[in-house]
Amino acid sequence: MDILFSTVKELIGLAEESGRPISEIMIEQEMQITKRSREDVIKQMERNLEVMEEAVEKGLKGVSSTSGLTGGDAVLIQNYIKSGKSLSGDLLLDAVSKAVATNEVNAAMGMICATPTAGAAGIVPGTLFAVKDKLNPTREQMINFLFTSGAFGFVVANNASISGAAGGCQAETGSAASMAAAAIVEMAGGTPQQSAEAFSIVMKNMLGLVCDPVAGLVEVPCVKRNAMGAAKALVGADMALAGVTSVIPTDEVIEAMHRIGRSMPSALRETAKGGLAATPTGKRLEAEIFGKKAAESVAD
Amino acid sequence: MKFRSVFDIIGPVMVGPSSSHTAGAARIGRVARTLFGRQPDWAEIRLYGSFAETYKGHGTDVAIVGGLLDYDTDDERIRTAFDEAEQVGLKFEFITESEEPEHPNTAKIRIGDADGEMELTGISIGGGKMEVTELNGFTLRLTGHYPALLIVHHDRPGVIASVANALAADGINIAHMECGRKEKGEMALMVIEVDQIITDSMIRLITDLDNVTQVSILAD
Repeated sequence: MDILFSTVKELIGLAEESGRPISEIMIEQEMQITKRSREDVIKQMERNLEVMEEAVEKGLKGVSSTSGLTGGDAVLIQNYIKSGKSLSGDLLLDAVSKAVATNEVNAAMGMICATPTAGAAGIVPGTLFAVKDKLNPTREQMINFLFTSGAFGFVVANNASISGAAGGCQAETGSAASMAAAAIVEMAGGTPQQSAEAFSIVMKNMLGLVCDPVAGLVEVPCVKRNAMGAAKALVGADMALAGVTSVIPTDEVIEAMHRIGRSMPSALRETAKGGLAATPTGKRLEAEIFGKKAAESVAD
Repeated sequence: MKFRSVFDIIGPVMVGPSSSHTAGAARIGRVARTLFGRQPDWAEIRLYGSFAETYKGHGTDVAIVGGLLDYDTDDERIRTAFDEAEQVGLKFEFITESEEPEHPNTAKIRIGDADGEMELTGISIGGGKMEVTELNGFTLRLTGHYPALLIVHHDRPGVIASVANALAADGINIAHMECGRKEKGEMALMVIEVDQIITDSMIRLITDLDNVTQVSILAD
């Protein structure tokens, strides 16, 4: 059960030495650790891709959560793109709308693929299905996009955290956006090192993001944090492809994220006791959804 | 390494809305069900930390009950698990604890029926992954790096040796092992982490050994 890499430095080193993409290193490690065949591993990832595709499609048709807090924004953004008035660019907004679509389905207790968590599940598929229209990848390349995202997420999960309760939203949407940026770079033909730079550039801009869900629901602000996560992933990927590098090496950025997460008070780590959850509107919504008693306990 | 597979990161495929509070919770319930070996008649579920604060919004409660009904994370019946539980005669109660747990997402599940009961503490560590930290009063120190066998057995001479022999005969190497018992001659628990994949036939072989009452496996 040999682990091939436990840091981004090792991952990039392996890819550069062998001249193979990051996705390939991830597939090889998966085969070694789980003793499964290549075919088996790829088949499971293809199933994940299908689930992501279905969630995006479903969300773009319009869904609503049981609480009524979220739903329908993906449709609004798509309609706006069609109006031809978009300022930030059609591809970027397409990614945003598809990220929102996925998270709206998630909030409605629909079927999604966690990447790396359910609350952050919109960013990787959102960006993937948006860049797909520009880069025209093969099915195999789309599956590889997920393996590359997974390789970076693997390092974050083992060296820092991917849990909002442990590390705040930076650990969830922060990880997802950085993972997506790295995968976009690979799909666009960038080098493994450029993937790492994209990861760092995005993660540095997600540091410190707290987890403060209103009423404890994975809805407000989670859906919009996925939207912005997708936007940052695309911009970060473009910056890295342009040749911009991160002064702080990727593994040190991940270590910083871990340290920041550990020093976050528990009120800002998915307990619905601080931040946006503790605003007057946040508390009012909680009372409306769960009744008065729940709101009082939040106010404590 | 707590996370071993790429599918811990890109996955699981699951019913929303939270990997730690819904999928991880369902997995804790399902491991309890697996270790109990049958569907319990009743369940008492204590929630701690973030689980206690936010379980309603995340469907943590329906997910744990779904797990106790043996549903996987992508089983859409999780949404209606309370109704399904009523239909199959599983009575359950949720208790929220204010005590600060070691891990923010902790659930303590006591389940039972006319033939026995069991208590398990599980933590949801993110991305849908979970760990069992306590079973029937035994503290488990599973590293989570390797597949683990949990063997409930009578505290009799030779049981540990017979299990070790069965594993050795199949070329399975023991990476880490812990044994414990409640009282001399009473129920005991062996926790064995191994380097190789455990097959179903190996589980059956160990289950058939003298004084072994139950064998479960914890793996991805």
